[in-house]
Amino acid sequence: MKFKTEIDITINKFIGKKGVLIPLLQNVQDIEGFLSKEVMSYVSEKTGIKLAHIYGVATFYTMFRLKPQGRHIIRVCKGTACHVSDANSIMKEINNQLDLTNEEDTTKDGKFTVMQVACLGCCSLAPVIMIDENTYGKLTPDSIGKILKRYE
Amino acid sequence: MSLVIKVGLASCGLAAGAGEVYEAILKHIKKNKIDAEVKKTACIGMCFVEPLVEIYEEEKKSITYGDVTPENIGNIIDAFYKGNPIEENVIISNVFKGSENKTYKKQKRIVLRNCGIIDPVSINDYLGKNGYKALEKSVKEMSREDIINEIKDSGLRGRGGAGFPTGLKWQFAYNAKSEKKYIVCNADEGDPGAFMDRSVLEGDPHSVIEGMIIGAYAIGADEGYIYCRAEYPLAIKHLNIAIEQATEKGFLGNNIFGSDFNFELHIKEGAGAFVCGEETALMASIEGKRGMPSIRPPFPAQSGLWGKPTNINNVETFANIAWIILNGAKEYAKYGTEKSKGTKVFALAGKIRNSGLIEVPMGMSLKEVIYGVGGGMKTERPFKGVQLGGPSGGCLPAELLDTIVDYDSINKTGAIMGSGGMVVMDTSTCMVDIAKFFLNFTQNESCGKCTFCRIGTKRMLEILTRISDGNGKMEDLDTLEELSNNIIKSSLCGLGQTAPNPVLTTLKYFRDEYIAHIKDKKCPAGVCTSLLKYEVIEDKCIGCTVCAMKCPVNCISGERKQVHKIDQDACIKCGACYDACKFDAIKKG
Repeated sequence: MKFKTEIDITINKFIGKKGVLIPLLQNVQDIEGFLSKEVMSYVSEKTGIKLAHIYGVATFYTMFRLKPQGRHIIRVCKGTACHVSDANSIMKEINNQLDLTNEEDTTKDGKFTVMQVACLGCCSLAPVIMIDENTYGKLTPDSIGKILKRYE
Repeated sequence: MSLVIKVGLASCGLAAGAGEVYEAILKHIKKNKIDAEVKKTACIGMCFVEPLVEIYEEEKKSITYGDVTPENIGNIIDAFYKGNPIEENVIISNVFKGSENKTYKKQKRIVLRNCGIIDPVSINDYLGKNGYKALEKSVKEMSREDIINEIKDSGLRGRGGAGFPTGLKWQFAYNAKSEKKYIVCNADEGDPGAFMDRSVLEGDPHSVIEGMIIGAYAIGADEGYIYCRAEYPLAIKHLNIAIEQATEKGFLGNNIFGSDFNFELHIKEGAGAFVCGEETALMASIEGKRGMPSIRPPFPAQSGLWGKPTNINNVETFANIAWIILNGAKEYAKYGTEKSKGTKVFALAGKIRNSGLIEVPMGMSLKEVIYGVGGGMKTERPFKGVQLGGPSGGCLPAELLDTIVDYDSINKTGAIMGSGGMVVMDTSTCMVDIAKFFLNFTQNESCGKCTFCRIGTKRMLEILTRISDGNGKMEDLDTLEELSNNIIKSSLCGLGQTAPNPVLTTLKYFRDEYIAHIKDKKCPAGVCTSLLKYEVIEDKCIGCTVCAMKCPVNCISGERKQVHKIDQDACIKCGACYDACKFDAIKKG
């Protein structure tokens, strides 16, 4: 297993404390970028939490990912204010530029993963996207290309 | 002279470029040797003119500039420094007439009292605004019953949406007999279109923490959790800093203010599930489980987190507490209506001019909120509706704009007060599409426990999709109503019980639009693509070929200087030709 040492350190930080499964999985996911079957089994083995329970939690919350993801995460806001400001055209343009279909969300070169999120809370700047930690507002489809070029 | 320069650096400001402005200010004052202290603050609520910079020598003579850029900030500072401030871009001022002075004065800021004024990560700034004085008063001078009675008398009701009286909730938790009790702050602000809690947590985290400590003291809890959604990284960062500072100063920890009261506070990050805003689901999530709601009773006040008595309030509710303790219940109850006291924070968004955060006394009419404080419509198109309360709320038409803002009046319309999201829509919004948008959201977020919520919302979404595709039948409208009523009756938690509200309110107030989709196969707002048709207006087309070049599927034909034609079978209705045509020669309908 890759990153075994890091994963061990993370698990040891949480072991024995109550109600820590979600932050534990969040921390483990940060190491590899997603939760593989192997990692989930390993967490189960180490903590004694049943694998079914871990899988149940991992599939319930949208922030857990079971597939590898790109180096940069693009979060496209689909909140009400963005929806009425035509967020769909932004989504379409991003998929268009990155050559993605609706079924796929990660580019072939592993550079970007695109996901829709409910609301980023910057409604006055709608439509909004967030790439990693940076938020971009008042977008038009024309502005997308320039923003994506900033990321390597 | 020595200046103070404050930059608004909340999420919204940063997205608008405030970070670059901040850097430019530092560089400018260093280069020009200007004697100034540059301070960070959060969001004052005027997101529509971000980035915002406030400048003053004495606080009484301050000017807040909007739409500041790294390019224009140098001139603004220089002019102010020379005693000759620029009059352009002035937003709020007590020197000049600021463009927003009037609308700002219509507000009453209790929850937002420090937002955009103090540095949120400086506990000294908060202490300078009577911070933690209410906690001191509570612990040293008041009994637990006194505090609960004070909150009861203030008339404060839960600001998360349901509006349950806060004092009564505390009384229940206080009455529960247990060695261990918990207090929880619900900061899982999931309603799309709402950002009140984000701004309060980013801008004044100590006010929420102080409210929680007072609550914990009153009900007898010694441990607390703030459950914050992970989509708000800056709020979580500020909370962590604030908790550390409060612990250092002894407001958290053991023997607070020399008493035998101990309190420990933790942050739990959400992992992206809307249903966790429901209190029983939220507790399940804190315990590390799937966030599924459970049946009540037992209520959290009897058996909550890990089976112990637990009190849960929303961010905005907690942010009111310290103010009420310091200023008294009577003073608070001066604001508002008979049954809804105090103020309410609203997040104005959509097609409104002054989008951002406002706080107004309860009892103000929607018209006054939207046109008086919100500045009216942003576009030239007329007002069509306002959406209140997010996915659990409803859309109200122009005829209902005289409705006053209080829990009971809004409930009567079929919408709900909700947490405070207010999205204003003009005639370019299709109400069938909005209903579909919300149903899509709740359908996705339904945890799957109750059959009616899980499957009922799916069937409703299918019907709405059929209508917006032009395949609807008139009976569909009755089916939608029937399904709605059954979902409301048979769902366990608030998510299912309110999920049909957006459909029911649009059916009630915008029924004509549904009928237009079904009978005339037309979307009056021009949103539902299946019902759209783009056509060339022959008299206006000069044959410039721009539309043909822009068309991504090459379905527009025509010679140069000849009238063009759109092949309707091949057209994907993307609207590129419509946007590209400079001669208004393309008709959308």
